[in-house]
Amino acid sequence: MKKVDILMAGVGGQGTILASNILAEVGLELGYDVKKSEVHGMAQRGGTVESHVRWGEKVYAPLVEQGHADYLIGFEMLETARWPGYLKEGTVVIINRYRIPPPAVNLGKAKYPSEQEIEALLKGAGGRVIWIEGTGIAGELGNPAMVGVVLLGALSNLLGGEEETWLKVIQRLVPEKFLELNKKAFLSGKALQVA
Amino acid sequence: MKKMMTGNEAVAYGAYLNGVRVGAAYPGTPSTEIMDNFSRYPGVYAEWAPNEKVALDVGIGAAYTGARALVSMKHVGINVAADSLFYSVYTGLKGGLVLVSSDDPGMHSSQNEQDNRNYAKFAKLPMLEPSDSEEAKQFMGIALEMSETFDTPVMLRTVTRISHSSTPVEISNEEPPAAPPEPPLYERDAVKFVMVPANARRRHPIVEERIKKLAEYAENTPINRIEPGDDTIGIIAAGSVYQYAREVFPEATFLKLGMVYPLPAKLLHQFASQVKTVVVIEELDPFFEDQIRLMGIETRGKDIFPIIGEFSPALIRERSVSAGLISTPAAGAEVAAAAATATELPIRPPILCPGCGHRGMFHVFRESGALVLGDIGCYTLGYAPPLSGMHTSGCMGASIGVAHGIDKAVVKDRTIAVIGDSTFFHSGIHPLIDALYNESTVTVVIADNSVTAMTGHQQHPGTGITLQKKNTRAINPEQVVRSLGFEKVDICDPYDLNGLAQTLEDHLESGKPSVIIARRPCVLYTKAKSAAPQIDPELCVNCGTCLELGCSPLMQKEDCVTIDPVLCNGCGLCVQVCPAGAIIKQ
Ligand SMILES: Cc1ncc(C[n+]2csc(CCOP(=O)(O)OP(=O)(O)O)c2C)c(N)n1
Repeated sequence: MKKVDILMAGVGGQGTILASNILAEVGLELGYDVKKSEVHGMAQRGGTVESHVRWGEKVYAPLVEQGHADYLIGFEMLETARWPGYLKEGTVVIINRYRIPPPAVNLGKAKYPSEQEIEALLKGAGGRVIWIEGTGIAGELGNPAMVGVVLLGALSNLLGGEEETWLKVIQRLVPEKFLELNKKAFLSGKALQVA
Repeated sequence: MKKMMTGNEAVAYGAYLNGVRVGAAYPGTPSTEIMDNFSRYPGVYAEWAPNEKVALDVGIGAAYTGARALVSMKHVGINVAADSLFYSVYTGLKGGLVLVSSDDPGMHSSQNEQDNRNYAKFAKLPMLEPSDSEEAKQFMGIALEMSETFDTPVMLRTVTRISHSSTPVEISNEEPPAAPPEPPLYERDAVKFVMVPANARRRHPIVEERIKKLAEYAENTPINRIEPGDDTIGIIAAGSVYQYAREVFPEATFLKLGMVYPLPAKLLHQFASQVKTVVVIEELDPFFEDQIRLMGIETRGKDIFPIIGEFSPALIRERSVSAGLISTPAAGAEVAAAAATATELPIRPPILCPGCGHRGMFHVFRESGALVLGDIGCYTLGYAPPLSGMHTSGCMGASIGVAHGIDKAVVKDRTIAVIGDSTFFHSGIHPLIDALYNESTVTVVIADNSVTAMTGHQQHPGTGITLQKKNTRAINPEQVVRSLGFEKVDICDPYDLNGLAQTLEDHLESGKPSVIIARRPCVLYTKAKSAAPQIDPELCVNCGTCLELGCSPLMQKEDCVTIDPVLCNGCGLCVQVCPAGAIIKQ
C-alpha cells in the first residue's frame, strides 16, 4: 500500500476544511490508515490556512514532513507559493488560478507575485505544476465557494478510487440542499482529466 | 466501524460513552469543540459558563453528587480556574471529574505557550495525554474510572495537533450507562468537603498518599508501555510528539507515556537499563526530563530539542541529525531557504472582517489620540496597522484593571479600556467594580458584537440562548453597569463614526468613570450584507485615507481605489471617511 501525503493551502473561508474532510474520508473508504491536521482559530479571520492529509498503511504523524509531499493543492496562488519546502522531485501541484490580495498588497506596500514567479518557485522545488480555473468553474456552476470540490475532482484522476466512492463521501459530508451542485462541481473537476 | 474524528470530537464521544452527564466549559482555541460536540449528545446537560473558574466549580458540584462530569478549557483557562482546581484535589469528589486542558504549543491562537503538565505536579493530581483521537476517546474512560477509584479530579491534556487533527475512531455499539431512575439524595460530609484549615490539614496527607498510589498505578497501567526495538536509542515521549518521533525513529525502542503525571519510576529505570542512550523528546518544558534526572537516570533532552515552539517530524529529524542520533538528513529545508531568498512573499495576517463593527470603533480611538488598554477577542486585531488603535493586551479581563492602574500612576494621556462582550461577562465586571469603588476616571468601551466571535460564535450570558439552544434570560451589559452605579452610560453604533466620536470625547472629558457600549452584531455571524458603495473615479484623488481603515475589499489601483463587491459587506465606513466625497453609498 503506497503512502500519500497531501497538503492543501488557501485563505480562511475558501473551504479547505470541507475538502480535507472529504479527502480523509475517501482515504478511509479506500482502506488506508488516515490522519489529517489543520489549525482553526485566528486563521479563519482571512488569514492563511493549511491542511495536511496523509494516507498510508500505518500513519503516525498527522503532519506532512518537509520535502515529502506527494500533492500540493493550492486554493489561492500566493498561498500555494509558500510551500516549496514541502515539495520533492515530482510532487504534483494543482493550483487554482485565483488571487486574494493580502492587506499589504491592497495598501500598495507589497507586490503580489506573478504567475511566472509562482510557477518558477514551485518548479524549482521539483513540483509538476498544473493550473486549474477552479474558482471560475465553481462560479459558473453557481457558487465559487465550491472550488475545493472542483480541485478534488481534478485530484481524483491522480489518486484513483472509484467515482462512486468519492461521490458517496461527498454525499455524506455536504448538506442535502447543496449536494447536487457539489456533485456537478466534482465531476467538472474530474472532467479536466489532469494526468 | 471506524469514523474520522478530531481529538476534540473524540474526547466528547468518550465522555458520552462513559456516562458523563454534566459538562461545563468556556470557549477557547483549541478546546472549544469539545463542549460543542458533547452538548449535542442525547440526555446530557452542557453549558457555556461565563468563565473557566465557574465552569470548573459547576463540574465539581456535579461530581460531588456522584454524577460524572466533564470540564474543558484552553490552557490559559486553567489559570483562571486554578483556585478551584487546587481545592478539588483536596476535597476529592464522588463521581468522576475530568478536566481537559487544551494546550497550544506554537501559539496558533494564544497569548502564551505555558506547559500545563506543570499543573498536574503543582496541584498534585494525575494527568493523561492521548496521542490520537482513538486514545482521546479511550483515555476519557480511563480518566473517569481513575477519578472515582482514587477520589481525585483527573486532567486530560491535549495539544492543538491532537484537538484539531482527525484520526480514525472505533465506534461503539454499546449504549452509555443510564442515569439513575430516582434523583439521589446528596450525601453530606462536611469534614471532607469544607476546607477550613482543620479539615484541610486532614486532607493534605490524603493528597500526598494518593499521588504515591497513583505513581504505583502508573507502573502497571497499559497506557504506559515499552515498545521494543533497536536498543541503541530509547525514546521517551507522549502525545503528538510520540507520533512525530515514531516517524523519525521507526526502529528505536520507545517508552510511550499515556499517563504524564505521576511518572512510573520503576518502569523508567527498567527502560533505561534496556537501552544504550535515553532520549526524552518533549515539547515545551523539560517536564519529564527534570523528573527523570532526579530519579538518577541519565538522559538527553533539551540539549537537543528546543524549549520553545511546536515540534514537527521535520524539526525532530533536523535536531536528531545535528545531535548525531540519526544520519538521514532532513529534506526540504534547503529548498525552502532558497525559495525564501528567491522571492519575498507578502504575509497574510488575520484581520477584522469587512463590515466588522470593531473597525469603526478603532478608527475613532485612533483619531481620539487616547491611550487604549485592550483585552482579548477579535477586537485585539485592532492593535495592528493601519488601525493601530490598541496599546496593551495581556489576558482576558485585564483591560479595565490595567487602565485603572495607569490612571492611578498618573500619565498625561487620556485612557480608554476596551473589552468585548463575552470578555465582559468572563472577567470584566470585577475590575469595573474597582474602577467605581476606587474612583477611576477611565472610559470603558464594551465592544458588543453580541456573540463570542473569536472562537467561532459561541453563545454567552448576553445572547439569550444557551449552549443547548434553549432560550433564556439575556443579561444586558447596560443594566449590569447601571446597577453597579455607573451614571454615565451610553450606547453607540460603531458604524456611526461621528456619533461615536462625539460620545467618546464627552466621556473622556467627563473626569468620571464611565461606560460606552459600542454595539453592532458580528456580520460574520448575522451574515448581514448591504450593497457595496461605488467609487467615482473622477472624484477619487487616491489619497489613501479609506485604506487606513484596513478593510480588505478596498484596493489601491494605479489612479484610484476600487472596492471588491463580493468581499464588501456595505458597512459604509469608507463613505464616511473619504475626504473627497468620492465613495457613494448605494
Ligand atoms: C482565559 C481565557 N479563556 C479563553 C480564551 C480564548 N478567547 C480569546 S478571546 C475570547 C472571547 C472573545 O469574545 P468577545 O469578548 O465577545 O470578543 P469578540 O471576539 O466577539 O470580538 C476567548 C474565548 C482566552 N484567551 N483566555
